[in-house]
Amino acid sequence: MTDVLSNAEWSALVLSLQVAGTAMAFGVPLAVFLAYALSRWNFPGKLILNVLIYLPLVLPPVVTGYVLLLGFGRTGPLGQFFSESLGVGFAFQWTGAALAAGVMAFPLLLRPIKLAFDAADPLLEEAARSLGTSRLKTFAIVTLPLALPGILGGTILGFAKAMGEFGATITFVSNIPGETRTLSLALYTELQSVDGDAAVLRLAAISLLISFVALGLSELLARSIEARVRGRA
Amino acid sequence: MIHVNVKGQADTFQTEIAFDSGGPVTAVFGPSGCGKTTLIRMICGLHAPENGRIAIGNTVLFDSVAGVNLPAHKRDLGVVFQEARLFPHMNVASNLRYGVWAGGRKGSLSFAHVVELLGLAPLLKRRTANLSGGEKQRVAIGRALLAGPKLLIMDEPLASLDAARKAEILPFLLALKERIGIPMLYVSHALGEIEQIADDMVILNAGKVTAAGPVAELVNRLDVPGLSEGPDAGSLVLGLVVKHDAEWGVTHVAVEGQELLVPLSRAVVQSQVRLHIRAKDVILARQRPVGISLRNVVGATVERLSAPSGPFVEVLCRVGAQFIRARITRLAAADLQLKEGMPLYLLVKSVALDQPLPAVAD
Repeated sequence: MTDVLSNAEWSALVLSLQVAGTAMAFGVPLAVFLAYALSRWNFPGKLILNVLIYLPLVLPPVVTGYVLLLGFGRTGPLGQFFSESLGVGFAFQWTGAALAAGVMAFPLLLRPIKLAFDAADPLLEEAARSLGTSRLKTFAIVTLPLALPGILGGTILGFAKAMGEFGATITFVSNIPGETRTLSLALYTELQSVDGDAAVLRLAAISLLISFVALGLSELLARSIEARVRGRA
Repeated sequence: MIHVNVKGQADTFQTEIAFDSGGPVTAVFGPSGCGKTTLIRMICGLHAPENGRIAIGNTVLFDSVAGVNLPAHKRDLGVVFQEARLFPHMNVASNLRYGVWAGGRKGSLSFAHVVELLGLAPLLKRRTANLSGGEKQRVAIGRALLAGPKLLIMDEPLASLDAARKAEILPFLLALKERIGIPMLYVSHALGEIEQIADDMVILNAGKVTAAGPVAELVNRLDVPGLSEGPDAGSLVLGLVVKHDAEWGVTHVAVEGQELLVPLSRAVVQSQVRLHIRAKDVILARQRPVGISLRNVVGATVERLSAPSGPFVEVLCRVGAQFIRARITRLAAADLQLKEGMPLYLLVKSVALDQPLPAVAD
């Protein structure tokens, strides 16, 4: 691959994988928890939470990036909190790119998981509890396995979305080579240069390939697991 | 054995349910929406009563005064729901053993015994989606039994099955009762099922207990709302299987020294069977009729008549030590000049009698 891609392109690809991987590592557990809560529980503020989760889907990505900048920038309240208490900074760093990618991918990640919890019959949970398993254990051995196709599907979809995130990322953490210049940002940079046509083509092909494989894989996985949890295979 | 005295909110109405029952099998009977499911959910720990007490034997499950409310998974119950609720991501064997491997339960019954009792051996490796409704329900019963319950709760276990599947499962339930000493709470709106399996009965209506007691006594009362006037109302009659007549497809059953013909049954000769005779299927006659297709003519005396209201009269007739109810029009009762103590004949069509089930499945 190294002779096909330039060093800069190679580093953009690796960075994209790192950013998307990190976004999913933190996003998936949160999405599973929120999806379960939204599917099973009634609580005050449920509507607001729902709106907040899906907001990045309809908000112009620039606005999302700007909101992140205000909140998680060096002087933003959350940015200060994270850098002081956990030593994690976001502004103009790859972690910020991961945060932006995670926020933008979250609706896509959450939706299939929520649908999977909706489809996993709560009556089965009652049966499990009557047979001696606590709520938590029931979740682990009945509900979670039943929702697995949705969780995997959501993860792959979210990962692919996070790989290609552009607008919020460039607004929030700018376009710094080796730090925040992911695949899409590298592609955008090459588009601006006079002799970038070949690079644009290569990077676009890689993006296409990743998206294609991710979607195909999620579809296949979902099908096989679907058959298993429905008790058919 | 089972003690319930609770108040609580059901979906749309207030329930106030109190009864004590000692029978090996206690039935909870009532129309849909009477609070049966709420009662079951309260006993299972899935719905908290506002106040009261629930105890099974010496174990207190809920007591609002003492502040006891055992969580559902610690109540040591086995529940068979109307829909089997099998775990679709596990095969039949894992479903059956769920209470042991996941719930940490330890039953007194061995896996092999339950598999044999419910005829599950050919199903063990199967996935749940490929099972028929009756097979699913048998697996669900096995799963509940293997969790070693102090009380087996069956919430309309046959309601979602067609008549053929019902007939397939009922003998297993009877076998369960005969061979396994686990008390059962059997919820149903089908009086026929209850008469086949239950000893005691609690009748619910609009969230309240309207009557409770031994099944055979309750069904012969003419004044229990929700039971006496229902379309299935009738008597539970104990009989002894005399012989099977395969040529004519009938079984002879002796009841108090008289003989009834019922559709051919698989019940063992000389075994006791329960017959459910619906009041609306019984005709009364002053004389023994002749030249009639009817086979079952039973001599009886009028024991009691219900208070006249509406178009019908309920007539309780004594046959030896047992009773058979008849529902006739008020007009007919007046014509026959029915009085308490009057001898008469009960006519019952054989085809109207449910096939008596073997007390123990063969």
